[in-house]
Amino acid sequence: MINIKVNGKAYQLAVDPSTPILWVLRDTLGLMGTKFGCGVAQCGACTVHLDGEGIRSCISPVSRAAGKEITTIEGLDVKLGKPLEQAWIQEDVPQCGYCQSGQIMAAAILLRDNPNPTDQDIDDGMSGNLCRCGTYQRIRKAIHVAAKLRT
Amino acid sequence: MKEINHINRRQFIKTGSAVGGGLLLSFYLPAFGKAIKTAVNNAPASFIPNAFIRIGADDIITIICNHSEMGQGAYTSVPMMVAEELDADWSKIRFESAPVDPVYNHLGFGMQATGGSSSTLSEYDRLRNAGATARAMLIAAAAQTWKVDPSACKTENGKVINKVSGKSLLYSELVEKASLINAPKLVQLKDPKDFNIIGKPIKRLDTPEKINGTGIFGLDVKVAGLLTALIARPPVFGGKVKSFNADKAKAIPGVKHVVEIERGIAVVADGFWPAKLGREALEIVWDEGALKDLDSITQRKQYAALAKEPGVSARKEGDVAASMAGAVKKIDATYELPYLAHAPMEPLNCVADVKVDSCEIWVGTQFQTMEFMNAVQITGLKPEQVKVHTTLLGGGFGRRGVLDCHFVREAVQVSKAINAPVKVIWTREDDIQGGYYRPAAHHVINAGIDASGMPLFWQQQIVCQSFAVGTVMEAMMVKDGVDSTAVEGAADMAYNVPNLKVNWNMAPGGVPTLWWRSVGHSGNAFVTETFIDALAHAAGKDPYQYRLALLEKHLRHKRVLVMAAEKSNWGKPLPAGRARGIAIHESFGSYVAHVAEVSIPKPGTIKVHKVVSVIDCGPVVNPETIRAQIEGCVVFGLTAALYGEISFEKGRVKQRNFYDYKILRMNEMPQVEVHIVPSTEKMGGVGEPGVPPVAPAVANALFLLTGRRIRKLPFAKEDLVKKV
Repeated sequence: MINIKVNGKAYQLAVDPSTPILWVLRDTLGLMGTKFGCGVAQCGACTVHLDGEGIRSCISPVSRAAGKEITTIEGLDVKLGKPLEQAWIQEDVPQCGYCQSGQIMAAAILLRDNPNPTDQDIDDGMSGNLCRCGTYQRIRKAIHVAAKLRT
Repeated sequence: MKEINHINRRQFIKTGSAVGGGLLLSFYLPAFGKAIKTAVNNAPASFIPNAFIRIGADDIITIICNHSEMGQGAYTSVPMMVAEELDADWSKIRFESAPVDPVYNHLGFGMQATGGSSSTLSEYDRLRNAGATARAMLIAAAAQTWKVDPSACKTENGKVINKVSGKSLLYSELVEKASLINAPKLVQLKDPKDFNIIGKPIKRLDTPEKINGTGIFGLDVKVAGLLTALIARPPVFGGKVKSFNADKAKAIPGVKHVVEIERGIAVVADGFWPAKLGREALEIVWDEGALKDLDSITQRKQYAALAKEPGVSARKEGDVAASMAGAVKKIDATYELPYLAHAPMEPLNCVADVKVDSCEIWVGTQFQTMEFMNAVQITGLKPEQVKVHTTLLGGGFGRRGVLDCHFVREAVQVSKAINAPVKVIWTREDDIQGGYYRPAAHHVINAGIDASGMPLFWQQQIVCQSFAVGTVMEAMMVKDGVDSTAVEGAADMAYNVPNLKVNWNMAPGGVPTLWWRSVGHSGNAFVTETFIDALAHAAGKDPYQYRLALLEKHLRHKRVLVMAAEKSNWGKPLPAGRARGIAIHESFGSYVAHVAEVSIPKPGTIKVHKVVSVIDCGPVVNPETIRAQIEGCVVFGLTAALYGEISFEKGRVKQRNFYDYKILRMNEMPQVEVHIVPSTEKMGGVGEPGVPPVAPAVANALFLLTGRRIRKLPFAKEDLVKKV
C-alpha cells in the first residue's frame, strides 16, 4: 500500500511501487490531463508538481511520492493557474494542445519562483517541454502576459 | 469537447424527416438506408437544418465539424464559416466532431478525411451555404410569426429582427417553427465586405479544454472495462513472427492476455505499465524478412546508381541536350534527403470495443471513412453496427491518415480476439521506429547559365520511393507513371528555364512511407530553392533579384517575394556575423516566402535569429490561425533541417526517442514574423505551405557565412564551419 495525496485528496493505493506516477494518475485515478509523450523525461508532457516541485511523472516511480502531495493540471492552484489560462487564451497558444498541460505546469513553477522572467529565463525554464506544433513563441509571450496578470 | 459524437443519428434522421425539406435530402444521404426506430430523446427541442448545424432551444448553436482538429484550427475555422452566414452570436457557438457519414465526405477526396491543407478551402462554399440556408429558414419562421414578408426581416447576432416594428426573436425562440420550414434551394451569400466573423482574428474555441486537462485525445478515452495493449511488432519492416513464448509475459501481475494479430504480438493488461513490462518479457523469434540487412549507407549508394537510369519523365521543356553547349557556366550537384518521422506529441493509439453485434472505435484520425471500412471488414459486422468517434488529435502531420489503417486495424483485431474493449498504445519508440516516414530521396542536378547569367538548362533526376503505387490512391496520385508527390515542387517549378528536364526513378519499396507535412514539397523545395540560389551566385546576382527576374509571369510568387524582401530589410546591413537567406515556394495553392537571419555562434553550431514569413493564401478566414500555422511550419521545417533523420543499420531503425530524434526546443526558437498578403485570388491552404521554404532559406543564409552549399539534410557539423 502506498499513501499519496493528489490534488488535495488522499489515496491508499495497491499498485506496483515501480509504476511511474504518470500511469498511476492516468490508469488508476483516471486523471487524464497529464500526458504521455516519450516515457524518458525528454518532452515534459507529463509534468506534475510533487510537493511543489516540477517533476517528470513518466520516469518517477510512485514510491517516490509516498507520503507526499502530487498536483496535476486538474488541481493546479487558481492563483498560479488562472493567469496562465487567461494568457494562453489571449495569445491563442495551443495548436494540437497535447503538450499544453505540461507547458502550463512548467510555466506555473517558473512564475512562482520568478514572477518577472526575461526571455532568457523563460528559455531556461521551458526548454525541457517539447511542442511539435511549434507554439514556443506564443508560450513565451503568454508567460510574459501571465506575469503581468499576476501583479 | 465534452462528449464526442453527441449527435443522435436516429434523432437526426427523424428531425430531418419532420423538416421534410429537399435540403435534407441533398445534404443528408443516409449511408445505409434503414428503418428509423422511435427516437429515444430527452434532449430539448432543436432545429437541425442540415448535417452541420444544430440550434438548441437553449440558444446554443452546435456546429458539427467534419474535419479533424489536429492543431490546424479546424474546430474554429469550420464554425466560423457557418456562423458568418448564419449571422450567429459567436459566443453561443459550440463544436462537435462529426460521426462517419457520406454527408461529411471531403468534397475533393470523396471520403471523410482531413489533410492536404484543405479543411478551410474545401468547405468555404459548402459551409457558408449551410449557414445561409439555416438563416433563410429562421427568417421565414420569424416572418410567419409576425405575419410579414421575409424581406421585412433581417438577422443580426443570433436574432431575427423585424425591420418595421423593431421587434426581435432569438434563433432559439424560432427552433420549433423553423423545423417546419422547407429549406430554400438557393440562397444568397454575403458580400465579403459585410463579413463580421470571417477574416477576423477570432480566438480558438478549443483553447480552454486544451489547457485545463479536460480535452479528450485518443489516449484519454475512457470506456468501462477498458484494457491496455502494447504490441510487439517486427524489428525489421516486412518481418513476421516465427514463434513466441508468452509464459514470462503472462506471469507479470496485471497481464491478462497475449494474442497474435496481423502485425505482431499484443500484450493486454489492466494498464500501460504491466502491458509494457509484459511486452518486455515476451520471447519472440522473428523471421526478419527481405530487409534484414537494410543499411542507410548502402541504400544511398543504390539510390545514386538508380539516378543514372533514365527514369520516367515528369517535366520536359525545350531541349536540354542541344542547349548545353551554349552555357557559359555549369553547376552540378547531388542532394541527399533522409527519411523523416512525423513524431506527433501524442503517440499513436486507438480504442476499440468489438462485441457480437457492435463495434465502437475512438480514435484521433485523419481518415474516418477508411477506418470505418476496415473495422467493418475485420469484424464482419453490418456497417450500421460500426461507429467511429473522432477524438482530438495530438498532432497529425499526415501520420494519422494512413492508407492501410494499421493503427485502427490492430485495436479492432485485439478487441475482437479478447472480446473486451482495448486501448492500443504506441510508445514513443514504437512511433519513431514504426515507419510510415517521409521518403528518403536522392537528386542529381546539372544546370547551366547563359551569358546574361540566367538559367539556360536544368536537368534533374529524382530517386525516391512511392507510397501511392500499388494502393487505392494510385489512380488519384500517379499520372503517366509518375507519382505526383515524388516530383511536386520540382517538376512544377515556377522559374522560367527554357530547357528543363525532370525525371523520376522509383526506388524499391519495403520501408513504409507516407505523406509528411507538405509531402514531396518538403524535400523538393530544399533542392530547387538552394540550387536556384547557387545559380544566382554563379551569375553574380542578388538571389532575391534573380528569383524575381525568373518569376516574371508569376504574379502571386512575385508579390510574396517583394513583400518578404521589404519586411526583412533585404539588402540592408546586419550585425557582424549574421546573414540573410531567402526562399519561396508554392504548395497547396498558397505561396510562402521566408527570409531567415542566421549566425554561427561558434564553428559547428547555428543560431536562427529571425524568420520573416510572407504568405498569400487568397481570402483569409482566420488571420490568427494562419499566423500560428506559419509559426508552426517554421519550427517543423527547422527541426527537420537541424535534426531530422531516420536511418537504418542491420535492418533496424537507429533512432529511438526524442534524445536521438530531436525536436526544436524553446531556446532554439527564432523570432517569427508573419505577414499575410491581402488577396482576393483563389483560396489556398495554410497547414503545410510554410514548411518547404524553411530549410532552403536557412541553408542559403549559411552559404553566405561559410561559403559551403549544403546538399544533405539534416545539416552536418562540418556544414557549419567557414570554408578556408
